[in-house]
Amino acid sequence: MPDIRLVNVAKRFGKIVAVDGVNLHVYDKEYFSLLGPSGCGKTTLLRLIAGLVQPDEGEIYIGDRLVNDVPPEDRDVGFVFQTFALFPHMNAWDNVTYGPRVKGFDIKKAETIGHEVLEMVRLHERLDAYPNELSGGMMQRIAVARALAAGAKLLLLDEPLGQLDAKVRNELRYEIRRMTKDLELTAIHVTHDQAEAMAISDRIAVIKKGKVLQVGTPEELYMTPKSVFIAHFIGESNFLEGYVSNLSRRGAIIELRGGIKVQAGAPKNMDKGDRAVLAIRPETFVVEKGIKKTKNSVLGIVERITFEGTNIRYEIRLRNQDSVVVVRPSLVEEWLKMGEKVTVSFSPEKTHVFAYPEAGLREELAVE
Amino acid sequence: MQAERTNLLKPKIAKALDKLSSKTAIKNTIYIVSIIIFFALILFPPILGIIIKWGSIEDVLNQPELMSEALNAIAASFAVAFFVSFIDVVAGVPMAWMITRGNSKWLSVLDTLSDIPFIVPTATLGYSLFLFWGDLGGLSSLFGVPFVSRGWLLVVLLHFAFSFPVVVRVMVGASLDYKLEYEQASRTLGAAPLTAARTVTFPILKHSLIASFTLAFARSLSETGATMMVAGAFVNGPIFINKHIGEAGPLVFVSAILIVLSSLVFVTIRLLGPRLKMPVRKVWPKAERKLSSSTIASSRNGITLLVFLVIVLVPSLFVAVPAFEAIFAGVLPEALGGVGVWGDYWQSISLSYFVGIIVTLLNVVIGLPMAIIIARRKIGNGPSAVLDVLVNIPIIVPSVALGASLAIFWENFAFMPEIWLLIFAHLSITYPYFVRSMSAAVERISMELEEAGRTLGAKPLGVFRTIIFPLTKYSMLSGAIMMFTRSVSETGATLVVSNLVTAPVLLVNWVKNEVPTSTLGLGCGFLILFSFIILLVLRLVVKGRETY
Ligand SMILES: Nc1ncnc2c1ncn2[C@@H]1O[C@H](COP(=O)(O)OP(=O)(O)OP(=O)(O)O)[C@@H](O)[C@H]1O
Ligand SMILES: [Mg+2]
Repeated sequence: MPDIRLVNVAKRFGKIVAVDGVNLHVYDKEYFSLLGPSGCGKTTLLRLIAGLVQPDEGEIYIGDRLVNDVPPEDRDVGFVFQTFALFPHMNAWDNVTYGPRVKGFDIKKAETIGHEVLEMVRLHERLDAYPNELSGGMMQRIAVARALAAGAKLLLLDEPLGQLDAKVRNELRYEIRRMTKDLELTAIHVTHDQAEAMAISDRIAVIKKGKVLQVGTPEELYMTPKSVFIAHFIGESNFLEGYVSNLSRRGAIIELRGGIKVQAGAPKNMDKGDRAVLAIRPETFVVEKGIKKTKNSVLGIVERITFEGTNIRYEIRLRNQDSVVVVRPSLVEEWLKMGEKVTVSFSPEKTHVFAYPEAGLREELAVE
Repeated sequence: MQAERTNLLKPKIAKALDKLSSKTAIKNTIYIVSIIIFFALILFPPILGIIIKWGSIEDVLNQPELMSEALNAIAASFAVAFFVSFIDVVAGVPMAWMITRGNSKWLSVLDTLSDIPFIVPTATLGYSLFLFWGDLGGLSSLFGVPFVSRGWLLVVLLHFAFSFPVVVRVMVGASLDYKLEYEQASRTLGAAPLTAARTVTFPILKHSLIASFTLAFARSLSETGATMMVAGAFVNGPIFINKHIGEAGPLVFVSAILIVLSSLVFVTIRLLGPRLKMPVRKVWPKAERKLSSSTIASSRNGITLLVFLVIVLVPSLFVAVPAFEAIFAGVLPEALGGVGVWGDYWQSISLSYFVGIIVTLLNVVIGLPMAIIIARRKIGNGPSAVLDVLVNIPIIVPSVALGASLAIFWENFAFMPEIWLLIFAHLSITYPYFVRSMSAAVERISMELEEAGRTLGAKPLGVFRTIIFPLTKYSMLSGAIMMFTRSVSETGATLVVSNLVTAPVLLVNWVKNEVPTSTLGLGCGFLILFSFIILLVLRLVVKGRETY
């Protein structure tokens, strides 16, 4: 059964380290995402698993089999390419039935499989059309159908939705997940879109500069990010700089700029006096009009309002000149006004305290 | 980064030019001018002689014996051309495959070595092959008797050697431009390497396969100088013309039939090409898997290398072997010092390279629009197809006839500096190599990509710079290399149109004047060495800028 294990896998292209000592275990029948900014090595990881490039170091296992020296055609993986790579000289039907044919199935069987997978991707017309005559959405379905028809139990998808417009993308992503679940496949899905990864994955590995930073379910990554970068990349966070002024088992007191002290979640491996970054998600804040004496609050002024439909987004300048973004559902409560004085509060256990990054905050958050 | 690299021109100029290119009038002017230049400079001069002397065709028609002799010669030409270009493709494609898919640093060297038969001046090449196969100083010294004496077999070996680089060049360019993802997709779907190549890669590279066959075929039909030196009693079209040199009848008759018949062949290829379906639906998984095994792959590489070394490279270089004697005999310092004949030698070499570079640059400029017209059928299906066939003609006309024609045409321009006559003559001869290679590459780029560029706001020239150029740059490089090497090694036409002494002309004179073999060897050796270095550096520079 195809679980996949990568042990200390590294791949360099000249001076560029595309994959840097990656350890990863993808479970059988799991929908797993590799999420990270552009150029972080996601595609390279996927190609390593498919056997399209060879690792410089480390081992790759599919099931119990060490596959380092196994050529791609014997690895039994389906690969959906970022640009689909549909064979331009074959029509849609021939593309889809290519796998069964090269595997030597007889025509009847190949055709049965072809019809089955096309049923699955809900595509019945225009099968005699050539790739350059198809729409993006159709090409994507054909690409998935082609990979499925080859009968692999492991499906590798390299930004399969990247070329599609937003509406189609949102529909197709659930469809792909549904199909892999129906067929009991293991799927590894590469994307740089965190919303996409969150929506469809059982688990996600966040990658940066060739390294895996954290692996977990979408909830885990969102609720307990292990680093400033994860807190930034998964969902959205405000980062306030300060010092640990007091520590207890239940949490910490952080002294922000301008001497403002707030209660925050418990930091890991930090001491009193350490430089810290306090991460607070925009949807964590409670905002009250006027100056209130609420617990764990800071005063501020509304500086900018953006209406986004579902949500409304405020930029609030705090008393110490730090600025935070606050997001509220737009139809639930009365809107704030520009220049209005407000009291911003939050509950400590919903925040995270991280050590101030050695490279500097801005550098740590940079995606390139 | 990608964008920066593809910017050939300074951004501002590029922008201005892009804008200009969107004016229909300007675009059309470029196309029309390139078509006019093609007819006036490239196509017309080589066939002019035939047209002017058309009446003398009766001389042949009225002599049944002469005519049947001519027809036999023509048949021999076609037989050799078909056979040779077929085995060229069979041997050249694995070579191109090895060069582009291997990961040894030495492959650029091997790639450049495969240009050598194209670098060696044609007449010298024939001489070199004869020395290797037939003369008692070469291979035959092993056996004590001439191993392959002058005749049809030696002609086949020769034609194989000099058209081999054409196939390798076109196919290397094409497979470097090819997007590997298709083949990788096929592999992940379960296809063995051979199956993937057969059902995906080669069908996609079909246009280039056809182009390489066409060029090798045309080159074989027309070559005269080298063939003359190895033909013996064997007579093909060009040799027949040469036997009756001075008579217009045979020249007109043979050239006309060669042109008409081969045009028919090319029209057929052109018409069948798009319909020509390789058997991609049939697969023999077990057998093809066995044939893909690494043992078989390495023996294939071994055989390919061996064929290349023994049949192409060593025989072509054989004339330069005495260069080593020269080093010991003290000729080297003389040569480097430009003493005696060597003064002329260095002059002729600089002239050859100068002409080669100018011709290459000019032809890129006038050939590019033509390649696009043909590939994109810019002037309608029919007329573009006609151009597609006409483009081959300058390399189908037997070089003796070509020389005669060019002379007749350029006589009228005696007021022009000779160097220009030379350049114009070389433009004709080299043009088809570039246009063929490029139009095959452009044809492979999906129209949609181009349209995508246009809809994203790119002007026509911008589309070329940012889409077509990056996707075809290796084919372009290949075309340029073929033109350059062909120009540097051209002998026949050069002799006819001017009194300027290029390196090949000088070397042929040396052969005639029976200079010592060490001198001749060194002369050839330098020419080959310099060309080799130039081409190798060119390759490394182009490759070095690649990150992928
Ligand atoms: N064949 C190659 N040769 C040289 N460098 C490569 C090659 N493939 C990838 N790289 C480099 O390795 C790094 C990782 O590339 P990769 O394509 O895996 O990133 P990615 O996360 O998939 O990015 P994207 O989101 O842009 O697709 C990049 O710096 C890239 O330039
Ligand atoms: Mg990628």
